[in-house]
Amino acid sequence: MERGEEEMIESAEKAKQDPIYLNALKDLIYQLADDDFIISFRGSEWLGLAPHIEEDVAFSSITQNTMGHALMFYNLLEELGEPEADQLAHERQSNVRKNAIYFEKKNGEGHYTEEPYYDWALTVVRNFLYETFKKVKLEAITKSSYQPLANVAGKVLMEQPYHLAHWKIWFNQLYHSTDEAHERLQARLLEASEEIGDVYELGHHATEMEHFELMISEGTLRERWLNEVSKTIQEFPSIDIGKKFGSGREGDHTPDLNQALEILSEVYESDKDAVW
Amino acid sequence: MYHYIEYGSSESPHEDQEKYERFMERIEAGEKIEADDWMPDDYRQSLIKLISMHGISEIMGALPEKEWVPKAPTLKRKLGIMAKVQDEMGHGQLLLRVAEDLMKPYGKTRKDLIENLLKGDLKFHNVFHMPTRTWADAGMVGWLVDGAAIISQTNMLDASYGPYQRALQRICQEEVFHAQHGEAIIMALAEGTEHQRDILQESLNRWWPSLLMFFGPSTADTTGTSKQDIMIKYKIRKSNNEELRQAFLDKYLPRVFSLGLTVPDETVHYDEEKGQWVYQQPDWNEFKQIIKNNGPRSKERLRLREIAYKNNCWVREALSKEAVGS
Ligand SMILES: [Fe+2]
Ligand SMILES: [Fe+2]
Repeated sequence: MERGEEEMIESAEKAKQDPIYLNALKDLIYQLADDDFIISFRGSEWLGLAPHIEEDVAFSSITQNTMGHALMFYNLLEELGEPEADQLAHERQSNVRKNAIYFEKKNGEGHYTEEPYYDWALTVVRNFLYETFKKVKLEAITKSSYQPLANVAGKVLMEQPYHLAHWKIWFNQLYHSTDEAHERLQARLLEASEEIGDVYELGHHATEMEHFELMISEGTLRERWLNEVSKTIQEFPSIDIGKKFGSGREGDHTPDLNQALEILSEVYESDKDAVW
Repeated sequence: MYHYIEYGSSESPHEDQEKYERFMERIEAGEKIEADDWMPDDYRQSLIKLISMHGISEIMGALPEKEWVPKAPTLKRKLGIMAKVQDEMGHGQLLLRVAEDLMKPYGKTRKDLIENLLKGDLKFHNVFHMPTRTWADAGMVGWLVDGAAIISQTNMLDASYGPYQRALQRICQEEVFHAQHGEAIIMALAEGTEHQRDILQESLNRWWPSLLMFFGPSTADTTGTSKQDIMIKYKIRKSNNEELRQAFLDKYLPRVFSLGLTVPDETVHYDEEKGQWVYQQPDWNEFKQIIKNNGPRSKERLRLREIAYKNNCWVREALSKEAVGS
């Protein structure tokens, strides 16, 4: 498919006509859907355990929005001929999931029903980094050549500023408070920098995504993200960013993702004929 | 609704007979008492007990359902149950604020409430000491536990204490959605596969005694204490425990039977002459043990709250420092 500057693909039917375009598009949507899904799963484990009751209510509301976003992205995939949303969320093995690895990391020690020594510093740092990233990625996608995706990105961006603001407040409050809070956040930031390097990668279809104007390049995405982060944490971009556990965009994952999948699909898997 | 659980003493002489008489006139006239109004000590103390138990039960009540949030079988159910549990936390927040205002003259705060809970002095509702073993339990809590809560909360919708009454108005509106949420899960199971119907019936069998216990014993001689009379005298609630239980059975037993479900009590029937349901009493000794935090999951649930409280101590410290510093 040769596309001119301004050519838009308005429908799933049209996107399906070019397999190269279609595969790049699907891969991009999987990244968005899987990021939102795993982040909201980790958020759902926190329910009832947040530092105070008010935060439990606020965090849960963000988590629901985020899971709602995952659902919208899975629905786009369904329209493109992939299996239905619940199958995509519950049945796929870890090696075909496309979320960045840092987002699957466990919330801390323990299990959500037993001895959950979850770390609020990890949650604040991770969600802050995630929401800044989501903002720049979705902003780029509002100009994507695939119109239905650009539309969903626009819709998600209407809710997303509240999420980013929430975690920014948390980050700033804790970072500029007690020594202990500062150190805890600092340690989690350092850890993030070692692991999060796959977040701005676009995976196997990066070239096609750029060629078809589905997405900006990895380099630009990285630059915009670090710029956004530096508005809150000046020193972050100067830290070397690594990807200790590989690239989730290419299907590399840690046992933490399997732990999550086991929990989230337990009932779904218990009776495959059932309508729940 | 958590009227039958007592801690501390509430007896103190009425400060001022004249003020007391004026207060009772207002109560009799159906006026609402506000946080800053004069009130007799036993009224204040009864309210603190009632509302802090109600509030903390909402928060403890989030825990059994929460076990099924990450496991909910579809994306829509995951969203639905998360929203429902969030509401319950919100109810807790709302009620604890009402209780906090009442506690001000005693110099007590939310910290005291949480610490009393962890010490075992502040009790939470019997149903939330029970395990949730299957997804059907997630539905059962929404359908029948929230259904029972609706019965007892609507009974206090006209409560004489204004801040509590207004909180209940809002809570009851949300409870309607909870019951629908629970019923939708139950309907899917009832119309589902054999496995689904099995876990549904098994769940109801297990929850039945707890549901009967929900409203508390009929009379004080069953467990030794009862706050029913004072609650009715001060127009906080209208009906007694047995009346509430009968209202619950009236509303839900026909629905239970119409879904083809049974309850684990062969004697259960409606006595036309007396105009009430006849049922086998649950084991009230077990009930006493449960609300003393000796129920099947009491320790584990309290442990979760304790970990959440202690593990996040550094966060609260950082927040309070930030508030002072800025
Ligand atoms: Fe509630
Ligand atoms: Fe409820």
